[in-house]
Amino acid sequence: MDSLLARISRGQLWPSPGGVHPAVNKSQSNSLPIHILPLPPRLVLPVKQHIGAQGHLLVNVHEQVLKGQALTKPHANWSVPVHAPTSGRIVDITPMPSAHPSALPELSIIIEPDGEDRWCELVPHPNYRELTAERLIDILHFAGISGMGGAGFPTYIKASTKQQIEVLIINGAECEPYISADDVLMQAHSDEIVRGIEVLRHLLQPKITLIAIEDDKPKAIAAMEQACASIEDMQVRAIPTKYPSGGEKQLIQILTSKEVPAGGIPADIGVLVQNIGTMYAVQQAVELGKPLIERVVTVTGDTLAEQRNVWALLGTEVKHLLAQQDFTPEPMQRVIMGGPMMGFTLPTVRIPVVKTTNCILAPSEAEMPFPGEERACIRCSACADACPASLLPQQLQWFAKTKEYKKLEEHKLFDCIECGACAYVCPSEIPLVQYYRVAKAEIREQQIEQIKSDRAKERFEARKERLEREQEERRNRHKRPSRSKEQDTQSKEKVAEALARVKSKQADKGADKDKVAAAIARAKAKKAGEQLEPDNSEVAQERAARKEQARLYKEQKQQADTAEPVAADDKKAAVAAAIARAKAKKAAQAAETEAPAQDDKKAAVAAAIARAKAKKAAQAEDADAPAQDDKKTAVAAAIARAKAKKAAQAAEADEAKVETNDDANSAAAPQSEEDKKKAAVAAAIARAKAKKAAQAADAAKTETAQGEATQDKPNEEATAFDAQSSAEDKKKAAVAAAIARAKAKKAAQAADAAKTETAQGEATQDKPNEGAKALDAQSSAEDKKKAAVAAAIARAKAKKAARDAQNKPDQEDPS
Amino acid sequence: MMILFYALCALGLLALIFGVILGFAAVRFRVESDPIVEQIDAILPQTQCGQCGYPGCRPYAEAIANGDDVNKCPPGGEATVKKLADLMGVEATPLAGGEQAEPEKKVAYIREDECIGCTKCIQACPVDAIVGATRQMHTVLIDECTGCDLCVDPCPVDCIDMVPVAQTKQTWKWQLQAIPVTQID
Repeated sequence: MDSLLARISRGQLWPSPGGVHPAVNKSQSNSLPIHILPLPPRLVLPVKQHIGAQGHLLVNVHEQVLKGQALTKPHANWSVPVHAPTSGRIVDITPMPSAHPSALPELSIIIEPDGEDRWCELVPHPNYRELTAERLIDILHFAGISGMGGAGFPTYIKASTKQQIEVLIINGAECEPYISADDVLMQAHSDEIVRGIEVLRHLLQPKITLIAIEDDKPKAIAAMEQACASIEDMQVRAIPTKYPSGGEKQLIQILTSKEVPAGGIPADIGVLVQNIGTMYAVQQAVELGKPLIERVVTVTGDTLAEQRNVWALLGTEVKHLLAQQDFTPEPMQRVIMGGPMMGFTLPTVRIPVVKTTNCILAPSEAEMPFPGEERACIRCSACADACPASLLPQQLQWFAKTKEYKKLEEHKLFDCIECGACAYVCPSEIPLVQYYRVAKAEIREQQIEQIKSDRAKERFEARKERLEREQEERRNRHKRPSRSKEQDTQSKEKVAEALARVKSKQADKGADKDKVAAAIARAKAKKAGEQLEPDNSEVAQERAARKEQARLYKEQKQQADTAEPVAADDKKAAVAAAIARAKAKKAAQAAETEAPAQDDKKAAVAAAIARAKAKKAAQAEDADAPAQDDKKTAVAAAIARAKAKKAAQAAEADEAKVETNDDANSAAAPQSEEDKKKAAVAAAIARAKAKKAAQAADAAKTETAQGEATQDKPNEEATAFDAQSSAEDKKKAAVAAAIARAKAKKAAQAADAAKTETAQGEATQDKPNEGAKALDAQSSAEDKKKAAVAAAIARAKAKKAARDAQNKPDQEDPS
Repeated sequence: MMILFYALCALGLLALIFGVILGFAAVRFRVESDPIVEQIDAILPQTQCGQCGYPGCRPYAEAIANGDDVNKCPPGGEATVKKLADLMGVEATPLAGGEQAEPEKKVAYIREDECIGCTKCIQACPVDAIVGATRQMHTVLIDECTGCDLCVDPCPVDCIDMVPVAQTKQTWKWQLQAIPVTQID
C-alpha cells in the first residue's frame, strides 16, 4: 500500500459526501476576455473588508491620494490595510452601507477619482527568494491581501502558519453556478498565478501543491497545466463538477481523503487552501509591489445585455458595474452579490465591490423565479443525502424552528457550511439554510451573553467584597480610639474649630467676619443683662452658618470682590444649568419642612449681622458691603430653592418677575450689580436700624429677622408682620433711602455700587403699589419697604433665572 | 410461621442497616450550599438590576430555590423564564408585569457636559461600570454595563440615558426569506 502522499501525488481522488448538481450557467460569462471598466464617478472603500479588525486611518478628508497609496495601517493581529484603487481626492470618511446581507453602515472612505490614475511609488521584489520569511509575510500583509474566495481570511496569517504544511491546495474549483471569475483569470493570467503560488511555496515549503479545477473548465485546466508544466510537485487536478466541491473542507476531502476536524482548521491536518484570485494578488504584490486594489468580478444575469467578467476597482459601486453592462431592471429586480447558492440579495445597488466580491448576479424572473411558499417537511431525507457535511438537515430544521439550541449544537450545527444544498433539493421549498443561519446567530449571541453575564457576576461579586471590606475598615477605624482619648478628640476638635475660625478670619482680612464677630461680642457685652440668652443661641447659630458659608463660597466671594462677575458666570453656567435641573427634579419630592428651618437660620444670621453693623456703621461701611453681599447671595439662593420647591405658592413671585422684567429693560444692570444693590439696601436698612438700636434693640432684631423671612415667603409672613408698628418701619425706610443717597456721594471707592444703590432706592420708592400687589395684603408703609426689598430680590432672581447663569445655585450646591 | 418471622427480621435488619448508612451519609456528605442555586444563578442574566425585588441575581436565585416565581426577571426575557421553568419543573408563566417578551438591550450613557461629578451613579452601579471621581466627569464602560437602569434614578441632574445597543454586523441576525434559495434550472 502506498503512502497517502504517494497516492495523492499519483492523482487519486476521493469521493466527498452529498452534493448537488445545479445548472452551472457559466458559459454566459466565461468566454469573453476580462473587460476593464472605465473609472467610476466615486469609490466607496470600506475600511474593513476581511475577517478581523480594521486598521487605523492614515488619511483625512479632502486629502489627495495616489493609486496604491495605503489608506489604513494595520495595528493589531488580523488587521489588513486598504489602499486607494485610483488617484483622486477623499471626499468623505463616513459609515456607508456595507457589502453584507444586513447592509449595516460601516466606516468607509469615499474617493472621487481625478481621472489621472497615477500610481504611487511601488517597491517590487522580483528576487523575493532572497528575502526573509518575515519580510515576505510583511509584504503580503501590507499589500492588504485577504482571501478572495469568499471568507476574506487574511492571507498573511495563513502564510505564517507554524504548522508543517504537506499539501498546498490552490482552489480553482469555483463550484457555484454562474461564477466564472477564477476561470477567466486562470485562462488569462495562468503564468502570474503560478508565480504567485511559487511565492507561497517558497514560504510554506509544502511537499506537494495541487491546483484543483472542476472538470467543466477545460480551458482553464489547459492554461494552468501549461503554466506549471515545468514545476515539480505542482499538479493540476481536474475534479468532478459537483456543488459544493469548492468548499474548503470538501476540496480537502476530495484531494487528500482527510477530514478537517470539527472546529479545527486545515492547517491542523497539514493542508492549506488558497484561492486562485489570492495567488494572483500575491504575485502582483510581491513581484510588482502592487497592493490589492482590484479584482475580477463576474457580472451576469439575464437582465444584462452583456454578461462577462470585469476588472473592478475595489470600492466600485455595484450600480456602476451593472450600468456598464446595459442593465435593464425588471419589476421586483433582485441583485445578488455572490452566487445563487450562497450569495445574498443586495438591498441597494449602491454597495461597493470588496475584496471578497466574486460575482454580481442580476437574474431575470424567468431565470430565477421567486421562491414559493414553504410547505411542510415530508421527511423525504433528500436534504440529508445532499448535505456535504453529513449532517441531518431535517432534524436541524425541527430544532431550529423550536429554538432548541442545545440540541442544535449536539447535532453539530456549527459544522454546517451553509452551502444551501439542502434547501436546493428540498421539495417543500423549506429555506433550511436560513433557519440555520438564524439559529447560528442566536446561539452566538447567547454565547456572548453568557460571557458577558459571567463577567458581570464576577464584577458584582468583586464589588460586594470590596464594599464589605471597606465597611469593615471603617468599623475598625472607629473602634481604635479608646474611651480616654475620646475627650482628647473632642477638645482637639474644639481647638481645630477655633483655629479654623481664626484662620478663616485671617484669610478674609478686611472682610466682614472678624469685625462682625467682634461687634457681636461687643454687642453681647453691652446688652448682657437683658438679652444674653437669646443672643447666645443666635450668635452660635449665626457663627456656624457664617463659617460654613465662608468656606464654601470663599472663591466665589473673592471673584465678586474683584468685580469679575462675567467670568464667574461663564464658568458656572454649566453647573448652574445642572443645578436648575436638579431642582426641577427634586421639586416634587422635596419636603416643605426644609424651607422654614433655613429661613429661621437665615433670619438669625441676618438679625445678628444687622445688629453688629449697627454698632460700627461708621467705621466699617465699605467692608459691610461684601459681607452683606455674601449673606445676600446665600439668602437669595435659598429663596430660589424655596421658590422651586413650592411652585404652588409662586404666584406672587411670578408677578414680581413680570414686574422685574420691565425693570430689567430699563435698568439693564448686570446681575452682580443687582447683588450689590440688594446688599446696599440691606446695609442701609441695617444702618437705619442702628439709629434706633438704643430704644428698640429687641424690636429691631425681630423685625429684621421677619423682614428676611418675608423675602422668602411674603404672604406667610405678612400676617406676622401685622403685629409690628408701621411707624417704625416708615422711619426705617426713609432712613435707608437717605443713607443710600448719601452713599452715592462717596463714589470714590464704589462708584457702580453707589449708583445702583441710588437707582435701587429710587426704584424702591417708585414702586410701592407693585410691591403691594406682590404682597397683596397690607396697605401700611411697612409694606412699602417689604415690597421694595422683595421686588429687588425678585428682580435679581428673575434676571438670573432668565440667563441661567448665576452664583446662587452654585453656592447652594455644596450646601 | 417461623419463615415469616425470619423474613421480617431479615428485612427489618436490612432496613436498619441502610437507615444507618443513609443517616450517616446525610451528615457526613452534607452539601453546604444548595447546588440548585448555582444552576439558577447561572441562568439569570447577572444584570444585578434588582427588578425582581431582590438585591441582585443570586438572592433571586436563592428565592427561586425556595419556591419563588420564575417570571420576575425582565432583563432575561421569556427565554430565561423558560429555562428556569425547565430547571425547576414548573409551568413557564409570562413575565410578571407584562413586559415585552424580548427586552431591548440597552446601556447607560452619561451626557458628559451635564455631569456634575456627584459620584452617585458610581455608588449605584452594581458592576462598577462607571468611572469618575468627585467633581470629575463620569463615564460608562459600555462593555461592562449590564443595562440595569440603577444609575438613572440616583442622578440628580438626569444626565444618564439608557441607549439601545447599536446593531453591528456581528450581532445582526439573518432574516428568513432574505435570500431566494430555489431551483434554478
